[in-house]
Amino acid sequence: MADATLASVSFDAEGYMTDPNQWSKEISETLARQEGLAALTAEHWKIIDFCRQTGLASGKAPTLRQITTGTGISTKDLFALFPKGPAKKVAKIAGLGKPEGCV
Amino acid sequence: MAEKNRHIAFICSKGDLDMAYPALIMGWAALGNGVDVTIFFTFWGLDLVTKKRVDKLEIAPVANTSFKMSMMGLPTGNLGIPNLMGIIPGMTAFASWFMKSKMKALGTPTVREYLEMLSDGGAKMYGCKMTVDMFGIKRDEFLPCIKDVVTASDFIDMTEGAQIIFI
Repeated sequence: MADATLASVSFDAEGYMTDPNQWSKEISETLARQEGLAALTAEHWKIIDFCRQTGLASGKAPTLRQITTGTGISTKDLFALFPKGPAKKVAKIAGLGKPEGCV
Repeated sequence: MAEKNRHIAFICSKGDLDMAYPALIMGWAALGNGVDVTIFFTFWGLDLVTKKRVDKLEIAPVANTSFKMSMMGLPTGNLGIPNLMGIIPGMTAFASWFMKSKMKALGTPTVREYLEMLSDGGAKMYGCKMTVDMFGIKRDEFLPCIKDVVTASDFIDMTEGAQIIFI
C-alpha cells in the first residue's frame, strides 16, 4: 500500500485527494494501479485531463454525463476504460473530490 | 478469492412519466458506483421500453395529491390542482409538458436517453413475458436496450443475492 509517490499526499476517508494542487501525473499512475487499471492510455488521459480542467475550474469533479458530453467519449467506452464506477474512479485518479450530482 | 459484486435489481411496473425516473436515476447511480444493475419491465412499465410509447409518457394531475399549483410558480401555497380542473381536456398533456420542461432545465436526460446510457453502462434490461404475451407486443416494438423477454421465474433466477426494488 505504501508508495513513495503518495508519501506526501493527503487523502480523505474515502480515498479522494484533499488538495488537487498536490496532484502529478506520477500520482495518477500510482492511483490508477491502486484502482485496478494496468496502464493509462491516451484515451484515459483525455478523460483525466478533461476532469482536471473542469474540476479545477468549477471546484467539483464532473459527473458521468458531464464527462461523456464534454469529451465526446461514449458511455460504453467510458465504462470500458474505467470499469465499475468511471466518474468516481477518474475523480480519484485526477486528484479531485467525490463527484456530486445524479447524472 | 473474487468477491461477488453488489447487484441491484429494479422491477418497473408503472408507465407514468414520474414513475419512470426512479429506477433510471437510481440504476444510473448504481452503475456509477460500480454496482451491477438489472431492470425488469412489467405491465405498464413496458411503456418505458416500447418505441412508440417511450417519448409519450405522461403524468396526470387527476387524483395526484402531490401535484400543487405552487409548483408552477403560483403563490397558492398548499393548494392542489382541483380534480375537477384535472379532467379538463389537455390538463394531462399540460402537466406532462410542464414536468418535461422542468427536467430539461435541470439537464436531466429523457427516458429514452437514460435507457441508452444504462444499456451502454452495462445494465441488463428485460421485458416480462406474461405481460408481453398479454399485450401482444412484438420484439421489434421494443427499444434495443431490451436484451430479452423473460419469465418471472427467470428474473428470480438471475437476481439471486441481489437487492430488489419494486417501483
